[in-house]
Amino acid sequence: MIRVVLPAHLRNLARVDGEVALEIQGPATQRSILDAVEAAYPVLCGTIRDRSTRRRRAFVRFFACGEDVSHEPEDTPLPEPIAAGKEPFLVIGAIAGG
Amino acid sequence: MSKVRVLVGTKKGAFILTSDGRRRKWSVDGPHFGGWEIYHLKGSPADPNRLYASQSSGWFGQLVQRSNDGGRTWEPVGNAFAYDGVAGTHQWYDGTAHPWEFKRVWHLEPSLTDPEVVFAGVEDAALFRSADGGKTWRELSGLRGHGSGPRWQPGAGGMCLHTVLLDPVDPARMFIAISAAGAFRTDDHGTTWKPINRGLRSEHIPDPAAEVGHCVHRIAMHASRPRTLFMQKHWDIMRSDDAGDSWREVSGNLPSDFGFPIEVHAHEPETVYVVPIKSDSEHYPPEGKLRVYRSRTGGNEWEALTEGLPQRDCFVNVLRDSMAVDSLDPCGVYFGTTGGQVYVSADGGDKWEAAVRDLPAVLSVEVQTLP
Repeated sequence: MIRVVLPAHLRNLARVDGEVALEIQGPATQRSILDAVEAAYPVLCGTIRDRSTRRRRAFVRFFACGEDVSHEPEDTPLPEPIAAGKEPFLVIGAIAGG
Repeated sequence: MSKVRVLVGTKKGAFILTSDGRRRKWSVDGPHFGGWEIYHLKGSPADPNRLYASQSSGWFGQLVQRSNDGGRTWEPVGNAFAYDGVAGTHQWYDGTAHPWEFKRVWHLEPSLTDPEVVFAGVEDAALFRSADGGKTWRELSGLRGHGSGPRWQPGAGGMCLHTVLLDPVDPARMFIAISAAGAFRTDDHGTTWKPINRGLRSEHIPDPAAEVGHCVHRIAMHASRPRTLFMQKHWDIMRSDDAGDSWREVSGNLPSDFGFPIEVHAHEPETVYVVPIKSDSEHYPPEGKLRVYRSRTGGNEWEALTEGLPQRDCFVNVLRDSMAVDSLDPCGVYFGTTGGQVYVSADGGDKWEAAVRDLPAVLSVEVQTLP
């Protein structure tokens, strides 16, 4: 199981507390994890990735094992601890004003 | 006794204010969707417990929420706003071509007769329609496709379609307004559109009398006279008596004819309300005095309404979707400010009281009159 930590606003939308655990098909990548998140919680479609371009929204960041992987290619395999469920994949709302 | 329910969208959530027909004591429920910008929420005239809300944030984009119980509970519905076909380009601020990109929903206008039908005015400017209670959306692309779309340009707040008026007599007719393209009308349910800007003059554009390019801030109509429209333009208060085919200025004696909202009294089609703002760079009331102006003559002759409103050191703004009326008698008038106050007049504007004073900046105010 892949573990994913969502920001508070998205947890509220998805009506979940704490981490979510998801089964994914194939290697653990940004794309496969986000596809699984959106399949499990359709309300999150468009909130992490733009609906039309499918690109990461500008003020959303992804972290894996303490590293910002937001600019990595979407199909790059994530570190083994993410794939093994030992570490969560973090979706973070950028720290910006407003 | 009748009740009123006031739907308030703010920079950090939605609030629902309720009162009885006296409109003196208010209960405040919220925030709903705390932390999110609620550009607009509005109830269905056909089913007052069906509400729609536009929920967005710079981080997580756009959602549309729906309530079936007057705002006690909500469910997210569809947020796929895909432009029809090739989106094309409009003019950017520097005059270059810029691709059409969906940013947010500014305004939700439920059908007058069917709670499942709702229109969404969005940025970059387009009109969408849902026939399934907001689950799916289809663009009425004849608006962008009518020919002038590539010449539309954003106003300072973005290129937003912010006003949707449904004709209560002719269901095929709608009016919309876009900053800064102007006003448009359809007479065939949104299939084709025509610009209705003849008579508008805007000194800041290359051709002051151009067909499109005018920064229309708001249009209002009285249900009994759908051919008469009142407009708050970037500068100028305008009036049309032929469904927008021609306009004439009725700014008259206002201290400033810049402003955002405009509204019509529920029972007096010639009684109109505006909130003058000092200028397009100084978005606050002239002289620091918050004054609603009322015309009982359909424009030109305006009186200041000040009782109960701050008359010194007031530097808030009142945004375009932030004024509304109820249908009680006497008519109630409501407006919200960027300072977080929602003011109510239960007597057509003569006296005002704050229903609530310290909300986040108010983006929109709508009122439902309930049995």
